[in-house]
Amino acid sequence: MQDLGIKVLFQGRNFIRLLEGLWVTVRISLIAVIISIVLGIVLGMIMTSKNPAIRILTKTYLEFIRIMPQLVLLFLVYFGMTKAFNINLSGETSAIIVFSLWGTAEMSDLVRGALISMPKHQYESGMAIGLNTVQVYKYIIIPQTVRRLVPLAINLVTRMIKTTSLIVLIGVVEVVKVGQQIIESSRLTVPSAALWVYGVIYFLYFGVCYPISLLSAKLEKRWNS
Amino acid sequence: MDYEFINDIISLYIEAGILTFRIALLGIVGAVVVGLLCSLIKYYRVPVLQKIVGAYIELSRNTPLLIQLFFLYFGLPKIGIMLSSESCAIWGLIFLGGSYMAEAMRSGLEAVADIQVESGLSIGLTDFQVARYILLPQAITVSVPAFLANIIFLIKETSVFSAVALADLMYVAKDLIGLYYKTDEALLVLVLSYAVILLPISAVFTIAERKLRYAGFGN
Amino acid sequence: MDKEKALLEIEHLKKSYDSNIVLKDISLDIHKGEVVVVVGPSGCGKSTLLRCINGLEDIQGGDILLNGEIISNRKRNMHLVRQKVGMVFQSYELFPHMTILENITLGPVKAQKRNQSEAVSEAEELLRRVNLIDKKDAYPRQLSGGQKQRVAIVRALCMHPEIMLFDEVTAALDPEMVREVLDVMLGLAREGSTMVIVTHEMQFARAIADRVVFIDSGEIVEENTPSIFFTNPDTERARQFLNIFEFDAVKGVKNK
Repeated sequence: MQDLGIKVLFQGRNFIRLLEGLWVTVRISLIAVIISIVLGIVLGMIMTSKNPAIRILTKTYLEFIRIMPQLVLLFLVYFGMTKAFNINLSGETSAIIVFSLWGTAEMSDLVRGALISMPKHQYESGMAIGLNTVQVYKYIIIPQTVRRLVPLAINLVTRMIKTTSLIVLIGVVEVVKVGQQIIESSRLTVPSAALWVYGVIYFLYFGVCYPISLLSAKLEKRWNS
Repeated sequence: MDYEFINDIISLYIEAGILTFRIALLGIVGAVVVGLLCSLIKYYRVPVLQKIVGAYIELSRNTPLLIQLFFLYFGLPKIGIMLSSESCAIWGLIFLGGSYMAEAMRSGLEAVADIQVESGLSIGLTDFQVARYILLPQAITVSVPAFLANIIFLIKETSVFSAVALADLMYVAKDLIGLYYKTDEALLVLVLSYAVILLPISAVFTIAERKLRYAGFGN
Repeated sequence: MDKEKALLEIEHLKKSYDSNIVLKDISLDIHKGEVVVVVGPSGCGKSTLLRCINGLEDIQGGDILLNGEIISNRKRNMHLVRQKVGMVFQSYELFPHMTILENITLGPVKAQKRNQSEAVSEAEELLRRVNLIDKKDAYPRQLSGGQKQRVAIVRALCMHPEIMLFDEVTAALDPEMVREVLDVMLGLAREGSTMVIVTHEMQFARAIADRVVFIDSGEIVEENTPSIFFTNPDTERARQFLNIFEFDAVKGVKNK
């Protein structure tokens, strides 16, 4: 059993290949994050509207996206869209669509929460010292909203990266798929490869997510205490 | 849409749904136990153990369940630890959920002011009595919303169990798509299945949370 | 001989947080039935003194004795000591998840293992005395600050403590509620309770105290009878401190 399975990582380009696979995951997450933040801010502001039609519409979107497991959403887009509209979406494109839809929902809820949680007297005290509406937003409301929002948005990034691990299940070649290929090809030479490869992938994910979590916690502590 | 086909496959989904539900239940109960223990260890700053718990929480929260499962299911057998799909799923859920529950409980514990504890001590209660009659009842009330959100989160996470060959809802759907190419039907029933499981739970939780928020003590 | 012995003895008490010394060298005896009022500027360490007596803080030097038994820095059975020392906090600290009656009977029933119905009837009796019997099934948040503080006093009393500690119990109250709380305390003093009171209410201190202890910068600067302390204190520092509570008219009075 002690066949030093760790050596499998250093054979050929194996470790580099794993990192390349990880980059696929991270890249998809980052694209989806950027789309989500932009659309989420817009949608979040729309959601503070008092118009009942807008409220019902946005609420339905939010609830549907949030109640469904992300893997179900992936299946819907990857398998469902292909058949329904006869367009062949790659796994990667499907993933970006799904995670953007999901991220936008999450982000918009954060934005809405931050906006409505701003106490009324913050607006009032801004007015009281003679600022006009634009100045109140520029100097008082927006800086405080941003401080509430940024740690939560960063936290959303780690959730997005973790969720992106699902794309191996719709056939995207990313870090887990590369890992499986390595395990497969060294099945005979290194029987314990699976332990090491999955262990390394586990810590690769940790290595990406943990610093981001730390940053989020640090900002949260500095700004919101 | 092939309704006859849907009629035929519904029983497959019900079976898979029950399996998902059973595993989720075991996993969540386990996660609550682990979470409670971890939160108390962190709150009371138990030496050594609090470091271990801290490391566990970071590891668990910063890695995807799917990778945790792959490690359990494909990795561990190489050092002689064989787990069935079902055990993997349950342990994976406990490992993941334990840290989320711990954080929910801990924020509740920390929300109880230190002077409340001192007040309990000052009427001569022991540390254990203070924890039981004063600290925990107040902490749990604060933790409930996060606690309920975690339960929904964990149920949703069960959807990745098909990756370790557990015959859950996703597994059935994928099978039907692969075998019969009945994509629309398979997906429709899949979405409906999760809706049937999650919507009522979510609705009940929302009501419970609202009741708690507005009721407080003595209104 | 035993009657001469103090109920509570504090000998050369030192308290510090890391390098920050809060109490330098406090020695103080409190006899049975005595009412001692502790006054001093904010941050002088007077609240810390009460917390040390009740074992909520470790001490870095000296001893605290109750009935001749050392109670400071105990690791075991501190809860048994606290059952004899009642404490009332500035912020009331009722338990929000329990009714008034449950708040009061928790200690007697759980800590002292007394009979439930006996504890309830005593609690009701005490509530009647402070005119709050109609609130017994209410929750703390339904009460005003003054009512909460009276309940907190009853909660401590119901334990039959040998000594009661009051930590600025009126400081968080609206002015019109201060009186109802102070009246309860005056009643206790009349009945011969042993009390240590930290307060900023100088009029009240003068009325209730057998002895006034003035603490400044972590040490006892003056110990005196209330009549002397408040009219003609021995020390300059006490005089300066008392001046804070006096105001001279600013306008309209010339050549006083």
